[in-house]
Formats: sequence, C-alpha cells, structure tokens
Amino acid sequence: MSKSPTDVVITGIGIVSCHGVGRQAHEELLKGNEAPAPVIDRDRFAPYPVHPMPQIDWSTQIPRRGDQRQMENWQRLGVFTAGLALDDAGLKENPEACATMDMIVAAGGGERDISVDTLILNEAATRNDREVLLNEKLTTELRPTLFLAQLSNLLAGNISIVHKVTGSSKTFMGEESAGISAVSTAYERIRSGQSTHALVGGAYNAERPDMHILYEGMQCLAQGDWQPLWSRDHVGGGIITGSASAFLVLESRAHAEARNATIYAVVTAVEGNRGSRDEGALETRIEDMAKHAELSDGSDLLIMSGASGRHELLNREKATIAKNWPDAALRGYGGLTGHTMEAQFPIGIALAALALKSAAILPQFDQNHEAIMPEAASSALVTAVGFVHGEGLAVLKAD
Amino acid sequence: MTKRAYRDHLGRPLIAVTGMGIVTSLGQGKEDNWRALTGGTSGIHAITRFPTDALATRISGTVDFMNAPIISGELSFAFADAATREAMAQASIDGDFNGPLFVAAPPVECEWSQRFELADEAGLGANEENAYDGILATLRKKPHESFTRSALFGTVAERLADTYGTRGLPVTLSTACASGATAIQLGVDAIRQGRTDRALTVATDGSVNAESLIRFSLLSALSTQNDQPEKASKPFTKDRDGFVIAEGGAALVLESLESAIGRGARVLGILKGYGEKADHFHRTRSSPDGGPAIATIQAALSDAGLDETGISYINAHGTSTPENDKMEYQSLSTVFGDHLPNIPVSSNKSMIGHTLTAAGAVEAIFSLLTIATGTVPPTINYENPDPAIEMDVVPNVKRDHNVTSVLSNSFGFGGQNACLVMTAEPA
Repeated sequence: MSKSPTDVVITGIGIVSCHGVGRQAHEELLKGNEAPAPVIDRDRFAPYPVHPMPQIDWSTQIPRRGDQRQMENWQRLGVFTAGLALDDAGLKENPEACATMDMIVAAGGGERDISVDTLILNEAATRNDREVLLNEKLTTELRPTLFLAQLSNLLAGNISIVHKVTGSSKTFMGEESAGISAVSTAYERIRSGQSTHALVGGAYNAERPDMHILYEGMQCLAQGDWQPLWSRDHVGGGIITGSASAFLVLESRAHAEARNATIYAVVTAVEGNRGSRDEGALETRIEDMAKHAELSDGSDLLIMSGASGRHELLNREKATIAKNWPDAALRGYGGLTGHTMEAQFPIGIALAALALKSAAILPQFDQNHEAIMPEAASSALVTAVGFVHGEGLAVLKAD
Repeated sequence: MTKRAYRDHLGRPLIAVTGMGIVTSLGQGKEDNWRALTGGTSGIHAITRFPTDALATRISGTVDFMNAPIISGELSFAFADAATREAMAQASIDGDFNGPLFVAAPPVECEWSQRFELADEAGLGANEENAYDGILATLRKKPHESFTRSALFGTVAERLADTYGTRGLPVTLSTACASGATAIQLGVDAIRQGRTDRALTVATDGSVNAESLIRFSLLSALSTQNDQPEKASKPFTKDRDGFVIAEGGAALVLESLESAIGRGARVLGILKGYGEKADHFHRTRSSPDGGPAIATIQAALSDAGLDETGISYINAHGTSTPENDKMEYQSLSTVFGDHLPNIPVSSNKSMIGHTLTAAGAVEAIFSLLTIATGTVPPTINYENPDPAIEMDVVPNVKRDHNVTSVLSNSFGFGGQNACLVMTAEPA
C-alpha cells in the first residue's frame, strides 16, 4: 500500500474492559496462548450475566474529586478512557493539540436513579393520580446533578472539562450505529484534509438494569452461565453485555509523522449502512460495504467481529464471513468484552489495531468456531451488526 | 454560471438550501410560522400536556396540534416527518432522497407512562426492592418490541430513512442546544468532502414531559414567570430569568449549488460557513469571558470568507437566561466591535421559546427567511432593557431591512458551540 500524507492513522489507544485497564492489558489478551478466562459477574443481575468493570483508580485520569462526583460510571469510564488514549498518543500534556482536536463521542444515555424509579413505581401501585405523584417525587427526589450525568452529550462535555479537548465536540447517538458514524465522520474529516487529529470513541456501563430492559423488550439477553460467543445456546437471546470503553486518537499521517507519533495501523475504509434485514438484505449490505472497502480474503486477514451475540443475527454474520473470507481468521471480541452498544465498534478497532501493531497470533476465543491463526495479520476487518439496526465495518492495515 | 461561480473562496463547493420545512408552537409550515414570528406572536402557553401543580415552571412552547401519541419519540418523529415532507416538496424531490441523513434528536428514554404500564403488567406491589427486577421478569415472559424501539435513540432516524429513502447510515446526534446547527454542519461537510451532492438535515425535539421539565427546573435554567406565559421569554432584558422550554422540528435540503442549478431547483439561500469550538469551563455555564463563543463566531466568519463587516443580521442564541444573553453580547461586541450597533440582532426564542435540539435548525430557517423576505423578526417582550447589553435587538416590532448575510448562533449545555453563516444566492 502506498503511503500518503492524508492517510488516516491510529496513534492513540485507550481501552478498558473487564480484562483490565489500558493498552498493555489488552495486548497481552491478544497475544496469549489460549483464550482468556471469561470475567463474568453472574449474580448481581441474575439471571443475566455481565462482564463487569475492572478495578479503576479514577484519579489517575480524573484528578479532581469534584469532577468525579459530577459523573456516574458511564461518563467516568468514558472520560477515563479518553484520557488513556490522549496519554497513549503523547498528547495529554499538549494543550495546543487538545485545543484544536476534533472530538466525536458515541453515547447512549446515562444511568437512571434506580432507587428513585423504584420509589415512584412503589407509590404508583397504590395511587391513581400518577402524574401528580410523578411531579411530587421527581421534584423532591431527583438530584439536580444527575440530569447532567444522564445527558448524552455530557460525556463529551466532561472530556472537554477534564482533558481540555476543545477543537470541536460532537456526540452521536443511535446504539451501535453511533460508534460506526463517529469513527466514519472523523475518518472522512481527516481524509479530506478538514481535520488533522481527532479523538473518537465511546463507553458503556452494562451494570444497570435500566439498560437491560431495553434489550429484554426484544428478549435479547443471555441467561445463566457464560458461553463462548458463537456457541451460545442457553436460555435467552444470546447477548451478554459488558462494561467497557475505547477511545482512539486518529491523525493524518502528515500530522502524526511531524511529531514522530507511533502509528498502530492505517484506517483504509469505514463504511456504514442500514435497512430491512429480511431475505438476505443484511448479508447483501455487508458484502456491498466490503466490496466498497476493496477488501480481499487471505490468511493474513484478521476479522474482528463485533457480533452482539443476538441469536438470529449471529449465524447470519458468521455465514457471510465464512462465504466471503474463508481463509481469514475470525475472532468475535464481544465474547471477551461483552456487548458494549455504542462503544462496540471503537473497541473492535482498538483491538484490531493492537493486534496488527504487535503482530499478534490471537488465541481462539471460541475453539469450536474459530480457526487457529496461521500467521500474524497484515490487515483487519472490524464488523458491527447492531442488535436492532445499523451495520458497519472498518478496514485497518498494518503500517 | 461559470464553474468558478459554484465554488467558494477556498475552492470548495458552494452549498445551496433548496428545501425547508418547519414546525414550532407557532404552527406547522413556513408560511404560518413566518407570519406569526414577524407578527411578534408568542407560542408560549400554560402546559396542559401533564399536570403542573406544585411545579416551579408551568409554561412551555409545546407543540400540541400534531396528530401523534404523547410520547417523546413519537412527537419528535412527527415534527421531523412533517418538516421533512415540507422541505422535500419545496425542493421538488419526489421519491427517494438518495443522499445522507443527519438528524439532531433528543436523547429520549422510555416514558413514565411506559414504566407504569410495565409495572402494572408485572403486578408490582408497593414494597419492591428494585422495580426493574419485576419488569424484567415480565419481559422474559413476553417480548415488548415496540417498547424497545420507542426507547432506542436511533429510531427517529431509522423511521426517517425508511420514509424518505435516504442513503447509507444516518447520523443521529446531540450537541445539546447546538444540535440543529451541528446537523446542518455535518450536511455541509458531506457535500464539501465530495461524498454527495445533497444531504438531508433534520432537527427535532418533542421531549417536553414532566421529567425533562423538572430536570431543567432543578438546574434553575427555566423561567418561572408563569402568570403571563407569552411574556416569559424576554431575551436581553433586565428581568430575564431563564429560558422557556419548547418543542419544534426543522428540515433543510442542502445541495451543492452546482447540482441545484443543474437540476433547475430554486435556491433559497447559501450555507456559506460554520464554526465550532467547545468550552471546558463548566457543565452548564459558558466561559464568562466568552472565549469559546468568540472563537466559534470567528471560525464561522472565517469559514464563510467574511469579516466583521460582512454580516447584515445576527440571529442570536438569545435564550433569555441571565448568563447566556450577557455572554453572547460580550462575544458579539468583541467580534463585531464598532460595527455591532449597526447590525440588528434578534432572538426568535422570545416567541418560540428554546426548542433545544431543534433550535439551531429552526433558527437557520428563520435566518434564511429573513434574507428571502427582507423582514427581520423582532425580539418581543423587550420592555425593560438590560442596560449592560447595548444592542439593536429589533425591539418588539419587525423591521424591513435588506439582509444579505446572517450569523446564527447556538451555544449549548456541555460547552458545545456552533455558528452558521448564511447568505443570499450569489448574483
């Protein structure tokens, strides 16, 4: 691949999942000899298992306790991980770079106050004037600052406050699609010369029943014990969610090289689409996106699938991959991190970039469905198939 | 026109607006809205959607005339749908839009009415430890697909994409009060990058319910002058005491000027430039020195290839909060200096309230209508001027004024700022 100054390169990776904090913990995961043992909390949200957040010393990235208090875990996790990415890129202590940096955050909504919701629903069981009850309780029980912790755009707002990233600030929503659009928009801005460097990513807190009800409205959640991603056949819908976050620093090659930044990988395509999934339409869209991305099969291709685990989608994605890229090495990273909604696509890109840079021979995450990798990959395809809507992919090449 | 006339000062494609649609508390459609807005009519009223007993704020600019279920996601879609239909018709685009879609939509969660229904279905008692456990048990027994769809943030965009045949993955975004302007900016970028000849940009907000009102109220952001609702929003006055929460929707069809002229479309105005800059000062307050707002305005002027002499009207953010109006004035006076007294600056929010996620796009349309008609909408309720804000706010009555270029400001909670510059079609 010929190098160009407008290539979009990854120069900073911040990542946190149940397997630990930071780039190194995840590199080890990818370079291990066998599948990492699942990190699962089966009890707290039973019957639903979740991949819990690891131990995090927040103050290493969010030094002011006042800032920490203004956020709930979803925002804290994102702000923390964004700090890791800036650090990793060597830009944390570069106020000029942060003040001109674009930022696009893929966000959902923040944690609801479960005890206030329960209090209201308990009272509602014995009252008919529920709207009046709502006014009474919300006025007296809601913490004013909780609203700010819930607003989608305040994850980005807190990153500006804590890390002083202020070139621009955008928040994309819409479940997995938010992550796809966030990466794609930053990619297109840099590629076209509109921007030189951007922070992009998302965070997800899985340890909250207010999110579980969204998945369970469509009976999507797996129940009981953890199983490897492609092997899930227990009761339930197949999705195990995980608390995790990834942020990436994307730069133009010219900008990265001028400051001697480490380049993890080159992003050569980011595609997204949506629509009906009936009668093979999902498969066709994935194939069309890959065609547009000019992706060819090979034993040096790593496919990092962001499959959510939802039963009816899992095998369709897997079959499409097997049909189009039979020689590539497939790895479903959601089996390790859990499904992470808005953060899913950025996490896949972070892991793929780490795998390329470290020339990792990835262990099989699911022995029954993933082949042994014959060699380190020179390129990677990252997929995302939204649990309800939206699909996307990115192509990364080793530099 | 020569090829060159289709390019801006930086050689980028000029971007035309060829279709606009709007819904606010003043009515549905450009005609009704413009008549009311230039007539100085307020759309603010006492809230009837839900009981307001014991609430500090009991007024809003809700849109109560649409035929849609009173659920945020449904209302937001209804406004977006009506605005988009109007914009597509004006742009004479039949059938599929066939370009990308950018939607500024409120982050709406499931509604209390839905929680109550689920709790009833679950047969929850009065002493549950965690009500969500019971709700989840019910959902395990029987799926509630429409519940999930209504609470997913991407649903409004998904429905618009299906209805209007847009291309690719739609972007759903939120930059708080700047969202509408950000949606337009993303559309501009897509055309400038050469990814498309046209983009559909939509902004909508139908999220006024008890919880959202109370949340803003707890932040002391809202006006509590309930007695005369139509007088509560009074930007730039001494007795302004907060914004009035409101609803609305707006849609703009953006096209490269070359493509618009090529297909014989009527050009309603040019989206000449945008600026953006984030603030790191505080979660709800802007930097008191106006630094980020100043940078945003300057970036927009520069992107549009204009200087401080090039703007003939400013469509202010003008929320009627004590802080914003002061900060906005300071920023404008810093950027425009001696020219500011000669530039009319009015706030549409004095009449329609703060349509939040929709505001940037709603006000962009009003800015373009100002250019098209030569009528500057007033700032109403300007009875007790704030002496610290010396601007020509077009007090209370509209004015005839030849406007060829407009700056429209949007400054959001969470430090997200975006400004747009719109101009008349080049001669």
